[in-house]
Amino acid sequence: MVEIPAGSASAIPAAEVADMELYHPKSWWTKYVFSQDAKVIAVQYALTAISIGLVALVLSWLMRLQLAFPGYFAFIDADRYYQFITMHGMIMVIYLLTALFLGGFGNYLIPLMVGARDMVFPYANMLSYWIYLIAVLILVAGFFVPGGPTGAGWTLYPPQAVLSGTPGGRDMGILFMLSSLIVFIIGFTMGGLNYVVTVLQGRARGMTLMRMPLTVWGIFTATVMALLAFPALFVACVMMLFDRLLGTSFFMPAIVEMGEQLQHGGGSPILFQHLFWFFGHPEVYIVALPAFGIVSDLISTHARKNIFGYRMMVWAIVIIGALSFIVWAHHMYVSGMNPNFGFFFATTTLIIAIPTAIKVYNWVLTLWRGDIHLTLPMLFALAFIVTFVNGGLTGLFLGNVVVDVPLSDTMFVVAHFHMVMGVAPILVIFGAIYHWYPKVTGRMLNDTLGHVHFWITFLGTYAIFFPMHYLGLLGVPRRYYELGETAFVPPSAHSLNIFITIMALFVGAAQMVFLFNLVWSLSRGRLAGGNPWRATTLEWQTPQTPPAHGNWGKDLPVVYRWAYDYSVPGAPEDFIPQTEPARDIPTREVVA
Amino acid sequence: MAVVLILVLLALGSVVFHILSPWWWTPIASNWSYIDTTLIITFWITGTVFVAVVCFMAYCVYRFRHKPGNRAAYEPENRRLEWLLAAGTAVGVAAMLAPGLVVWHQFVTVPDDATPVEVVSQQWLWSFRLPGADGTLGHAETRKVSAENPLGLNTDDARGLDDVIIEGGELHVPVGKPVHMLLRSVDVLHDFYVPEFRAKMDMIPGMVTYFWFTPTRTGTFEILCAELCGIGHSQMRGTVVVDEAADYQAWLEQQSTFTQLVASGEPQTTD
Ligand code: HEM
Ligand SMILES: [Cu+2]
Ligand SMILES: [Cu+2]
Repeated sequence: MVEIPAGSASAIPAAEVADMELYHPKSWWTKYVFSQDAKVIAVQYALTAISIGLVALVLSWLMRLQLAFPGYFAFIDADRYYQFITMHGMIMVIYLLTALFLGGFGNYLIPLMVGARDMVFPYANMLSYWIYLIAVLILVAGFFVPGGPTGAGWTLYPPQAVLSGTPGGRDMGILFMLSSLIVFIIGFTMGGLNYVVTVLQGRARGMTLMRMPLTVWGIFTATVMALLAFPALFVACVMMLFDRLLGTSFFMPAIVEMGEQLQHGGGSPILFQHLFWFFGHPEVYIVALPAFGIVSDLISTHARKNIFGYRMMVWAIVIIGALSFIVWAHHMYVSGMNPNFGFFFATTTLIIAIPTAIKVYNWVLTLWRGDIHLTLPMLFALAFIVTFVNGGLTGLFLGNVVVDVPLSDTMFVVAHFHMVMGVAPILVIFGAIYHWYPKVTGRMLNDTLGHVHFWITFLGTYAIFFPMHYLGLLGVPRRYYELGETAFVPPSAHSLNIFITIMALFVGAAQMVFLFNLVWSLSRGRLAGGNPWRATTLEWQTPQTPPAHGNWGKDLPVVYRWAYDYSVPGAPEDFIPQTEPARDIPTREVVA
Repeated sequence: MAVVLILVLLALGSVVFHILSPWWWTPIASNWSYIDTTLIITFWITGTVFVAVVCFMAYCVYRFRHKPGNRAAYEPENRRLEWLLAAGTAVGVAAMLAPGLVVWHQFVTVPDDATPVEVVSQQWLWSFRLPGADGTLGHAETRKVSAENPLGLNTDDARGLDDVIIEGGELHVPVGKPVHMLLRSVDVLHDFYVPEFRAKMDMIPGMVTYFWFTPTRTGTFEILCAELCGIGHSQMRGTVVVDEAADYQAWLEQQSTFTQLVASGEPQTTD
């Protein structure tokens, strides 16, 4: 460990301060709307993502109503049902989770946690948000074009995505979806380059890579992955647009569309699936890794104990990130690709379970001999572990190629991915909001409302998705507008569907409690002070709360220790901020 | 303490649900009981891990929850424990993967004596084609599809003339004889799925995909489409009947060959 004299912060060149002045906001517009402050951009990202996420939530109620009471709601016809599925899935994965974790939490936390004044390219950062907003608006516009949005499923598989049997295939819907994705990726790239360069170049003195909080590691790795994975989706979207608009045949073989021979020929629908999942699988980890990182910090802070096996945790994140680029075809075991690929992809997929399991062990071992405060962030972290372990374990069914054969494309898959990449990351998002809201607003969220929200969300989502696996095991396919009379489906399965729907409506209602809490606490919440959780990381050591533009006042912070000096023996308090010089209270950090 | 109790109840409740669940796989009707076995192994291993992790967590919360004056231990890492756990996980993973890959090898190795059966899908209908007396299917492709020739048989290929064509009707297969399902689509993706056979495979325009199985008991089974193929997806059903050999022959004799269909003008021949 390098000793850094306390005075060295003044070695920062004077010019930096002058530059800062240049981009301080001069008016209300540049402060709150066209802001270049990563913290404001973060809030903009978060509010936009949550708003569009609510649309996806409402769509899930409508789908569930149809599944429980088929035909009862006349306006949910097959066209609409498939449009709802598609928009729900796409919004949840891309426009809510990806945008919220990277654009929202990434923007807020990276500069603060690594001790930077802001992102390194604030202007591109601002553009990133506005382009994201345009992507969201194009997506929403899709609801209002003739024919409505696309109903091709969130996977947008051709050829059906661009043909007439699918809602929006021959209309505008698919065009709006593809355009929106293309715009999203452009916007994301601007933000993503920022996050990566800021982590690599913008860290405060003493903040070595192996001292960074795992939150930063998670978001950083996810961003690198996204920068590598999104281009595959980008080209796939462009190619599909060409097929649809210019008559090319990238994904289009000879086809008879409703009795009529089309001009296309020679293309490969499976090529699209490879491109899609080359993006799509890493995408799962793009939302999972930030959640992994954040939850590690929540557990450590609220159990007052260092995260167990920090170095292993970092390497696990990096290894999972790398491996996730060679497992994509486990989504395609029954796609008709050469079945011999199954051997390779099943092996890589099950290998990924090992670093993932290590993360789980280290989370629960962090609780061991901790001093566990059952705060809301801690409760959400515990709920995350339960949900994530459940969903991760069913992944071992679907990853093990031959076991996937009966289960793929059934409700088992729907249950699995909702647990592992739907509910689990959302639980972390909630935990993170309860944790960092005091820093963002200066006030605490209401605890009672929080508990109501927590219990209904945790137990409710488990009640929705746990039994759903068994419908899949029975053989109920996913993406079915209605099951109709199916010989092997007993009447009790319909009762189960009704139960699941009621739970889904409950869980949905609980989210309104959460939204109310967010707004109410803004003015009525208990004042938080600068460091209500007595946490070590830099964002809690800012001179003001909420932090001002530029984050740190006159001098940048200097880091003397890792992010996890909780309950250090001999220290007067049970936490030592990263800015505490080591000569006063020694750290026990393990140096790589 | 509510947290501890609820975590334990959740873990145990999941196990009880699993045991009591009336929703379980359909009685198997093919040789792929190995798949069921692998699935059961996976259930045991993953179920144990799930209960262990959740209960361990519950115990930690019970034992180490905050009380005034408590202080957490300080232990950044424990190399031995970490590697031990990693190794243990690797063993568990191998225990699932190994049988899985063995069965997959069987799944992708079509026996030589398997009878070819072609399934052709279109929005939203299943059709079938069986080899005629010559035992082979004639060449067919999407470009040749027309109202008169819905499966797109190549009329220049003599091997196809005796092929048995079933458009939109029931498929019959004899019990105990391996079948090689050859899957074709003329428009979009579909997926041939019979839950009782445990097998499914996507059907892709421009390609022939396949799987094989041996029906092990007679009965009537529902074919479902398992790949989103447009608004008719959930209505795209078919029927496959597994027959005793004699019943199968009787059924087969009533079916029409391609030549007969063309001659009878049903599907209509216009030229
Ligand atoms: C309580 C909350 C939720 C409920 C009740 C719900 C419900 C549903 C339902 C009913 C389906 C259609 C299943 C089918 O028949 O195929 C679906 C699909 C889907 N959901 Fe959710 N969902 C919820 C939350 C989420 C979240 C948080 C995500 C984020 C990843 C998500 C991602 C998806 C995806 C990707 C699909 C697949 C869409 C497709 O098949 O194209 N959902 N959801
Ligand atoms: Cu179909
Ligand atoms: Cu279908």
